[in-house]
Amino acid sequence: MFGYILRRLAVAIPTLLLLIVFSFILMHAAPGGPFTRDREIPAQVLANLEAKYGLDDPLWKQILDYVWGIIRHFDFGPSFVYPDRSVNEIIAAGFPVTLTYGLLSFVLAVGVGVALGAAAAIRQNSWLDYLAVGISIGAQVLPNFVMAPILVLLFTLTLGWLPGGGWSFNNPDYWIMPVIALGTSYMASIARITRSSMLEVLSSNHIRTARAKGLPERRVIWKHAMKPALLPVISYLGPAFVSMITGSVVIDMYFSTGGIGKSFVDSALNRDYAVMMGVTILVGALTILFSLVVDIMYAWIDPKIRY
Amino acid sequence: MALLDIQDLHVTFQTNDGQVHAVNGINLSLNRGETLGVVGESGSGKSQLAFAVMGLLARNGRAAGSVRFDGQEILNAKPKLLNRIRAEKIAMVFQDPMTSLNPYMRVADQMAEVLVLHQGASKRDAVAESIRMLDAVRIPDARGRARLFPHEFSGGMRQRVMIAMALLCQPDLLIADEPTTALDVTVQAQIMTLLADLQAEFGMAMMLITHDLGVVAGACDRVTVMYGGRIREEGPTDPIFADPAHPYTKGLLAAIPRVDQKGDRLSAIPGSPPNMSNPPPGCAFAPRCDFAMEICVQDRPALAAFAPGRARACHAEISVIREGAAPHDDLPFEAAADEAGALSTPEPEPEIEAGLSTGPATAGPPQERPDDPR
Repeated sequence: MFGYILRRLAVAIPTLLLLIVFSFILMHAAPGGPFTRDREIPAQVLANLEAKYGLDDPLWKQILDYVWGIIRHFDFGPSFVYPDRSVNEIIAAGFPVTLTYGLLSFVLAVGVGVALGAAAAIRQNSWLDYLAVGISIGAQVLPNFVMAPILVLLFTLTLGWLPGGGWSFNNPDYWIMPVIALGTSYMASIARITRSSMLEVLSSNHIRTARAKGLPERRVIWKHAMKPALLPVISYLGPAFVSMITGSVVIDMYFSTGGIGKSFVDSALNRDYAVMMGVTILVGALTILFSLVVDIMYAWIDPKIRY
Repeated sequence: MALLDIQDLHVTFQTNDGQVHAVNGINLSLNRGETLGVVGESGSGKSQLAFAVMGLLARNGRAAGSVRFDGQEILNAKPKLLNRIRAEKIAMVFQDPMTSLNPYMRVADQMAEVLVLHQGASKRDAVAESIRMLDAVRIPDARGRARLFPHEFSGGMRQRVMIAMALLCQPDLLIADEPTTALDVTVQAQIMTLLADLQAEFGMAMMLITHDLGVVAGACDRVTVMYGGRIREEGPTDPIFADPAHPYTKGLLAAIPRVDQKGDRLSAIPGSPPNMSNPPPGCAFAPRCDFAMEICVQDRPALAAFAPGRARACHAEISVIREGAAPHDDLPFEAAADEAGALSTPEPEPEIEAGLSTGPATAGPPQERPDDPR
């Protein structure tokens, strides 16, 4: 198992390198550059700027310099657009925000989703089941960019309970709407996956055996049905986590929370190559890390999986 | 007083295609220490009978009637009462050992929880007792194997684990639902021998549910033959084998392949079991019966005693059935009885249905279909 984790981490390095090369090429293939302006910049000034940031070098040299900078100093370079800020600083400012509301959304989606789905399956065809299915379908058809304005309309404009945007680490009032807007549709998916897999598990042979052993229903569910019922949920969590981080683009734009989603969009629009690369690498690394975590959880639950 | 007394038991399933009547008014009783064979082909309702007794019917199943265990009514009883009886008084071994054990728990843990729950044993003692029981069902290196997961066992070994788990609380009654169907022939014989030995050792009663008359001949004191959710014939094992009094029993006996008779085809009962969502008004077996008369289609024969300890549900005269044009006339009693225990019929389920003409669709085991919202 330990060897397997080491191997997976070792494979992650070439994966990230490939990601860097492809992103770099794609980014430079897009028309325009960080210093393209409506008004013409004098040729000499532009040449000086490009020389300062190394943009006059051939592409392969730029890539090598960039990777070397990361390896040697963990330095993702200066922002091309905000000369006084480095990429490391921009990410250090935005990532904690994204991580805070992202993780809270994730916990909300998994916690409520699993509870709702499992309860619905255990009380199949009861009012609880219909309610849970109703809630999850309702939440499913509301993507975050529809959910966000509805929340603002309700909690800020009508009730006046919550601030309509901005971010503060000290005041959880600012966290509530981003967390709900980002989490609900994932919560709904998780609830539906849990419900159908729990229904399947509950009618399986080994659950019948557990009941024949005279175990109380609560123990049958928690000790015997929960683990297998969660397997499909866990395999959904890897992709879900990543799309939540990327989904933060919408949240950052709508609620002005200032997470990395905002840096992502701004850098793409401004051709701020360095920031764009930094955020891409960050999301890529998280993706790789999370799929490893999912695989480890799988092996932990299912004894048939041994690496 | 009988240990298990079943009166007028009905089991129905609500399905999308309407109500399926799996068991239609069964009376059965079983004394302490006795072994009863419940025989019938797939879809005859024999497994649902067992599930109804244990309160393990699928969610869309309903049971009605009376099941008394040791004088106490247990049919549709409260979960609390049922959970005190399950495993402690009545234990069950299932058909498919590959899927009936929890694949995510170590064997020792799944066994030990029975003792911890029912006898308040400490985890440590429970594991020790589980290992002792694994040893009793002749699992080599029981101590080492107890720590393994079910997928690390072969099919026969898993069924031994199931049996060991069922016997942990030394129940008064063991219900074995086709315990050897999923296993290959040599392993079948081992498991049957093991069950017989353990039964003698623990002095428990056993209800052996099977489609395999070879298994019954070696193991059972009495036999109940089921068809279409009803009892067709019942009585002590030897007389039934020597002199079947129902055409269905006779057909089942004739379908046992025999070593001493060469032939191109195995004998089969033509047709398939009745569709239990729309049972015929008369005898359910009539469409497949060699002895069917006009009355059989309209009037359902009642189960009636005709000799000490024996009863049958058939309109045809016994003498007619005895001499009748059934597939082979000589009775395979001796061969079947000898073969039993050691070697039973090699071909499991399909032997009965082999080479059949088209009949009404089989109702099959009515499983609940979880409606998938995705």
